[in-house]
Amino acid sequence: MHYSVDPGLYATGNARPESPVFVTANYKMTFDLLRRALAGIDGWILVLDTLGINVWCAAGKGTFGTDELVERIESSCLADVVSDRRLIVPQLGAPGVAAHEVRRRSGFQVVYGPVRADDVPAFLKNGLKATGRMRRKDFRFTERLALVPREVVPAVKWAILAAAALYVLSFFVSGFSASKAADWTLLAAVSLGISILAGAALTPIMLPWLPGKAFSTKGFSLGLLFAVFASLLNYVFHHPGIAAALAQLVSIPTLAAYLAMNFTGSSTFTSLSGVRKEMRFALPLEIGGMTVGLALWIAAVVMGG
Amino acid sequence: MRPLLYLNDVVTLAFDASKCTGCRMCLAVCPREVFRLSFGKIEVASRDACIECGACRRNCPSGALTVRAGVGCASGMINKMLGRKKACCVVGDDGYPSCQ
Repeated sequence: MHYSVDPGLYATGNARPESPVFVTANYKMTFDLLRRALAGIDGWILVLDTLGINVWCAAGKGTFGTDELVERIESSCLADVVSDRRLIVPQLGAPGVAAHEVRRRSGFQVVYGPVRADDVPAFLKNGLKATGRMRRKDFRFTERLALVPREVVPAVKWAILAAAALYVLSFFVSGFSASKAADWTLLAAVSLGISILAGAALTPIMLPWLPGKAFSTKGFSLGLLFAVFASLLNYVFHHPGIAAALAQLVSIPTLAAYLAMNFTGSSTFTSLSGVRKEMRFALPLEIGGMTVGLALWIAAVVMGG
Repeated sequence: MRPLLYLNDVVTLAFDASKCTGCRMCLAVCPREVFRLSFGKIEVASRDACIECGACRRNCPSGALTVRAGVGCASGMINKMLGRKKACCVVGDDGYPSCQ
């Protein structure tokens, strides 16, 4: 969308008619990754118009697809430029590209290359054969870690808005006392912060080691652990009353579960059917838990005055 | 490290062995090692690893594989329910959410 490359045929190194052809998306990051991997390799890069979206997402949408590939082969006059009738298509483009249809319609044979561009040189050396490791899309610690800011930043923005709304609410409920409202808002803000830490930051990082299979379960477990500590500490040292402690105990795990559930889209091992199933049981509980938590917090403010 | 698996027994992947011609395209395109070759025949070895990306169905010339393809993204589905088109996932024209 924001960083795109013009679609069409590009040459890399000292490309000749018999050099291999690599197909990719017109997202600049994807294109640059491939170009970097092809350093020192002579070849052709056929860039499809995927509206500036990466290969996997575009293949899911169908923009990185059979029609676009066949049309791009024709519009770039690829058959006149190269002598080899093989195209190396990234494996993650396969949800959009039907190799047998491409062959029938264009005469070009699709050879699925490795998942990662880094493996392309090894794939070429191996005679266009991908090893099992090259074919796997995994989800390593560093990949999960890199996604954490994308989860945390929007959650924090929501939390700031929520805290502002809760401040206004507690100001009215506590009898127009700015200092009491600030105290109660602080309690809520700490709870929101703990939920984000558990659900949006630590759950993605600790994903393989948390109990359960549903992301909500994982987030809930970690959230509950944090909530028990937070509400106990708060209850013992801060004396906000039983309602406030219960509000924390209920809202932190359910909000953490909700935030963890939202990580399903960023992960690489969830399915549409699975997420639908997870949402059917988890979303009502999450909304219910957060509502009960809010009600308890309001009760605490009313009782605390 | 062992691969991460999502929920058990939920995916829509179905394999009709009687239609399979043994072209092995599914072995090449599956990013989750769902299939395996056993005595020259394809079999589903790890169905729960399937993420319903649809690569195998799209590349199966004999129609032996079926799956309802889509992206497993809760925030995309929530955005769809709320009638919004933003965040990490946007809903495609086909009604399924996909990341951006």
